Amino acid sequence: MSTPASNSSQPLELVCPAGNLPSLKTAIEHGADSVYIGFRDDTNARHFPGLNFDTKTAAQGVQYAHAKGRRVFVALNTFPQPAGWERWQRAVDQAVELGVDAVIAADISVLDYASQRHPQLPLHLSVQGSATNYEAIRFYHERFGIRRVVLPRVLSLPQVKHVLDHSPVGIEVFGFGGLCIMVEGRCLLSSYVTGESPNMCGVCSPAKAVRWEETANGLETRLGGLLIDRYGPGEPAGYPTLCKGRFTVAGQTSYAIEEPTSLNTLALLPDLQQMGIAAIKIEGRQRSPAYVTQVTKVWRAAIDACRRNPATYAPKPEWLRELGKVSEGQQTTLGAYHRTWQ
Amino acid sequence: MTESIPKLALGPVLYYWTKETLLAFYERMSATAVDIIYLGETVCSKRRALHFEEWLELAERLQAAGKEVVLSTLALLEAESEIKSLRRLCENDRFTVEANDMGAVRLLSERNVPFVLGTGINVYSNRTLSFLVGLNAKRWVMPVELSRHTLASIQAQRPADVETEVFAYGRLPLAYSARCFTARHHNLPKDDCQFRCLQYPEGLPLSTREGQTFLAINGIQTQSAQTYNLLSELAELRELQVDVLRISPQAEGTDTVVEAFAACLHGERDPVKAAQTINATLPYGSCDGYWRGQPGLQEMMEVA
Repeated sequence: MSTPASNSSQPLELVCPAGNLPSLKTAIEHGADSVYIGFRDDTNARHFPGLNFDTKTAAQGVQYAHAKGRRVFVALNTFPQPAGWERWQRAVDQAVELGVDAVIAADISVLDYASQRHPQLPLHLSVQGSATNYEAIRFYHERFGIRRVVLPRVLSLPQVKHVLDHSPVGIEVFGFGGLCIMVEGRCLLSSYVTGESPNMCGVCSPAKAVRWEETANGLETRLGGLLIDRYGPGEPAGYPTLCKGRFTVAGQTSYAIEEPTSLNTLALLPDLQQMGIAAIKIEGRQRSPAYVTQVTKVWRAAIDACRRNPATYAPKPEWLRELGKVSEGQQTTLGAYHRTWQ
Repeated sequence: MTESIPKLALGPVLYYWTKETLLAFYERMSATAVDIIYLGETVCSKRRALHFEEWLELAERLQAAGKEVVLSTLALLEAESEIKSLRRLCENDRFTVEANDMGAVRLLSERNVPFVLGTGINVYSNRTLSFLVGLNAKRWVMPVELSRHTLASIQAQRPADVETEVFAYGRLPLAYSARCFTARHHNLPKDDCQFRCLQYPEGLPLSTREGQTFLAINGIQTQSAQTYNLLSELAELRELQVDVLRISPQAEGTDTVVEAFAACLHGERDPVKAAQTINATLPYGSCDGYWRGQPGLQEMMEVA
């Protein structure tokens, strides 16, 4: 099965997250063109307890999706160390046996193995591969024949366009969900504080390192013992993701790195469609089937409306309301796509 | 097993220093025991203390003083102007280049010249290393979050003809972002940052609301506030056949650190005691957790 080339006449593909079979099914029922999943171990960047697919559920998911003419991608996007290599090797083989439509990988050894052993298997470069420029994309294309790249959430819209114009493969961008503010695949903040990082363990700010404490000063959230945030009475408390805490820099206490907020690019859809982006990715394999349903519904409607008439397209208030309900801190941002955010 | 003494390298200056400060720093460094000096701007393309030609002139001078010079590339490439600068750097025919992005790896491997894999390249296994050695990488710098245990496994299966470099001293480069946190702190847009990084020759410390300082902001880069110090681990680094030890420059005290590493390598000082002497001078303390497979900010070195 081939990946649509970057071409503005192609419809934008909606790629939705699924942390389990109910999420996969609801994503497809509500209009996902593709769903991405992970196996139940540290071979993927959402290695959370109780999440992800074993061989049986993955097979059911692939069967369900294919029966409806939709595609399933498997994320194998962590960086194996010598001791665990067999797990990644097995995961690649297993993805092929399952008949998935692509593997999303980041590490050179995984890409090398997959392209040598399974030359027919379509490979996408994961956002964890940190390819922010077309020379890097060309590297992965020339060496491993990747067919698509997922861009890190650090480029402005004109920069995305520039990469696209020079890229040998289709471009997938994040459209909605949790916002990584650092270049993915190059952020070690989590392991600095907790010992576990996305690259090594498939987790960021892992739940086992989190503590919530009701104190005289308010509700405190800690990660690896460090105070990430403190909430006054009535203040909504969020998960203590390291980069979204309130810290002090030169006497000023603020969200020094990033606010707890979600990326939402609904307003940019006409631009993304016009420039010829191949696919829009929704973040959130760790989220509930209810989240997947909500977000998929809105994005399906938006992509269809934009395709019908980009000139008159505008995000509907009810879409924004629905997405706002499932956003971190009930706030959304255009992120790096909008230069002033940077 | 024959054991040679590891070489000492000075990593690229990660901060924005003025031209005068940079030139004076390298003047001093050329007189120290460092064998290898990495030069160039790796964090932010807006920092232009030295132009390309001036970096090359400096490189020539340091080479004439007996140093091996390597030119380091930018870690995060976004704009076409940055790719143009990268090409110029990769096409220089005089000095080896340290690649800090896969775009640089592509350009260098296309030219079929030997190159160095910097801390920005994710080499987490011997398999990945072997692939890149096949493209002519002659040295790799271990990603800073990897442990001695992983290093040992990689070294055991290391391909021939590649040198292993370990980031042995300095504030750890932990993350890169599109956003400039220094400009953000000053409520300035990134495009009009007014070069505020010049005010912070060792970055801006970031603390929890309990006053625990654990990170340092350096423009678009986030570093550890704690200084990673593996001086006390010299014996193990040598057992693991590490070829090069990297010292990452700080505004203050880099000369002393280089001297201490050199003296310990030559058996003139005790590494544990020398490490303790240095650690006592650090504003936010030292750390070595990553080396031991623990959270990076931990300090596990046993007090003698």
